[in-house]
Amino acid sequence: MAIFEYAPAPETTQAAIREQYGLFIDGKWTAPRTGQYFDTVNPATEETLARIAYAGEEDVDRAVRAARKAYDKYWRKMRPADRAKYIYRIARAITERSRELAVLETMDGGKPIKESRDFDVPLAAAHFFYYAGWADKLEWAMRAGEEPKPIGVAGQIVPWNFPLLMAAWKLAPALACGNTIVLKPAETTPLTALALAQIAAEADLPPGVLNVVTGDGATGAALVGHQDVDKIAFTGSTEVGKAIQRSTAGTGKRLTLELGGKAAHIVFADAPMDQAIEGVVNGIYFNQGHVCCAGSRLLVEESAHEEIVVRLTDRIQTLRLGNPLDKNTDVGAINSKMQLDKIKELVGSGVDEGATLVQQSCVLPERGYFFPASFFTNVQQSHRIAREEIFGPVLSILTFRTPEEAVEKANNTPYGLSAGIWTDKGSKNMYIAQYLRAGVVWCNTFNQFDPSSPFGGYRESGFGREGGVHGLREYLAH
Amino acid sequence: MSVTVDAVMLETRAGSLAKRSIKTTTKVAGIRLAIQCMDLTTLEGKDSEGRVRSLCAKALHPAPHLPDVPSVAAVCIYPNLVPVAKEALRGTSVKVASVATAFPSGLSSMEVRLADTLSAIAAGADEIDMVIDRGAFLAGRYREVHDEIVAVKAACGPVHLKVILETGELGSYDAVRRASDLALEAGADFIKTSTGKVGTNATFPVAVTMCEAIRDYARRTGRRAGLKVAGGVRTTKQAMTYLVIIKETLGESWLTPDLFRIGASSLLDDLLMQYEKELTGHYAGRDYFPMD
Repeated sequence: MAIFEYAPAPETTQAAIREQYGLFIDGKWTAPRTGQYFDTVNPATEETLARIAYAGEEDVDRAVRAARKAYDKYWRKMRPADRAKYIYRIARAITERSRELAVLETMDGGKPIKESRDFDVPLAAAHFFYYAGWADKLEWAMRAGEEPKPIGVAGQIVPWNFPLLMAAWKLAPALACGNTIVLKPAETTPLTALALAQIAAEADLPPGVLNVVTGDGATGAALVGHQDVDKIAFTGSTEVGKAIQRSTAGTGKRLTLELGGKAAHIVFADAPMDQAIEGVVNGIYFNQGHVCCAGSRLLVEESAHEEIVVRLTDRIQTLRLGNPLDKNTDVGAINSKMQLDKIKELVGSGVDEGATLVQQSCVLPERGYFFPASFFTNVQQSHRIAREEIFGPVLSILTFRTPEEAVEKANNTPYGLSAGIWTDKGSKNMYIAQYLRAGVVWCNTFNQFDPSSPFGGYRESGFGREGGVHGLREYLAH
Repeated sequence: MSVTVDAVMLETRAGSLAKRSIKTTTKVAGIRLAIQCMDLTTLEGKDSEGRVRSLCAKALHPAPHLPDVPSVAAVCIYPNLVPVAKEALRGTSVKVASVATAFPSGLSSMEVRLADTLSAIAAGADEIDMVIDRGAFLAGRYREVHDEIVAVKAACGPVHLKVILETGELGSYDAVRRASDLALEAGADFIKTSTGKVGTNATFPVAVTMCEAIRDYARRTGRRAGLKVAGGVRTTKQAMTYLVIIKETLGESWLTPDLFRIGASSLLDDLLMQYEKELTGHYAGRDYFPMD
């Protein structure tokens, strides 16, 4: 019998959710010209949370026009220090309403409340604070002789895995540099972006500086294809990223893409093993593995393979899967039915191809989309689960014998977003890091983020950087 | 090759365990467990027979007006006072633990340290809390530290031996891990964080590291050793976090006085206050609980 079983500890803060949301255009909430609405669902309960306006081409056009007008009329002409004031105001409002935003993010997306509370929301606020400080110091982001100038209207398309945070990554530098924005949140997770629009309105951001259009891929395509958009920033799948690059080619639009990944997480036999296991767990089970920089390919030194598998098998049994609003939940709900089906399909392929599946033994909730923390051993480099992004709580474990082989296998992927290395030897850490073709390499840690640190990919993981001074340059004409 | 520990990730892990939300029925169960696993301690130069008798009474019946509150596991005292505690606790479940081996520094000759141990056992101590020679450990004389533990263990015979590592003086988590491994190999029944006499006592990351050593040792040898956290554990919230650390690192089967102890004095009062609050819905003032 359990003697110290954790009682339910649900977060009790209530988030105000309207029954229906319009589009946020030119500082006002407006009905979509399409007349259509779609549901956004809580993936942990399968209950509908709200009806969301569906923006068609005409709506996107209205939003872009509003953004253009605001750009010419207010934003590009405003003193940079005054722009900063608005951005600081938004940052403070996020901090003040952090608990409510965390609950909203968790309800709409399924991620554990401890993650939205301790990671997504505080980091989103930190990005606004950081870039607010840059607004009147932009010449320091330029090369000698260059003058900082905004680009114009930015179309920003964000994914469903970190809805508020990804919006913050894109909005904060764009605003600081004097651009105006049309933001398109993901279809399954629009609520925090809409809450952010409300925050911007309450911060008296001039109308049209930030516009939010909700919808699906067609809405995004309309934004990408709009003639009066000067810059597209997209975070999402490699497939869509490629389509966007094709569609913007030759148009003169500036483009940054942050796409998929299949990060190598390398563990040497001399690693601080318990902490390496924590790093591996964080690398793949954080946000149910819905993380583009997830450490989804574990490369372990062959001599440590058995030990790592034993430790990881034990460790995943202690992960608590269930109600994302419970403060003790470690693994929440899969974001959507579609994503759950995709995970199941890929896991099935792993089993069919001969890999060995290990899962946490737990009872999945009857309702909602859930998948247990899982990993595969006996994975070969050629298996689909070693090559394709699963975007779920599923890790593939491969082995290597020498540092050279580790590097070779780590780089043997079309992606290159992130990588991790665990070894107690500092010189080996640095040596391996310089040969990994990945935008971020974490040494003896994983999933560390800071607004001052640039983030972005190599090859099919995209191009351009978000965060830091590098992220600023993506929103300045040069 | 000794197991190494990465401080950054260890502290992150300990921090996340400290954020577990322990409420309602879990909190009541946890408070009872913490009391059952407590070594109620007085280790001061001014300890007297009267003080120890009073402590023993409280150890047996922590809160007379809450009769379902269990007794603590043991009282922990200086060797000279063992006969007094033994007399006061005769025929009860509460054990008498004595510090020994020139507590708290351990800086006496091996003869003196062994004699100290043997006299505490002769006086009736059920458990011995020894200290390691940190000077020898930090100087790299690991064999010497190991052999001394073996010698004290031999002197103890069936008497339960807790080995105090004094982690606050070891300087790094790597050293905490190495000292834990060494004490376990030498036959410690328990490894214990601290004497309570130095600036840094038990901390969450240190407890996690020691649990990992105990877990790995059990996996390797099949022998299950215990952990005692001591020093600076004053609040119910801290005690709950230690229970969480044990549960999530070693498993629930370690949550028993046979394998887990909290060495504390004022903690008991806070546990009782929180316990009554959980039962009645409001806090009672400190004066509603017997002092000690």
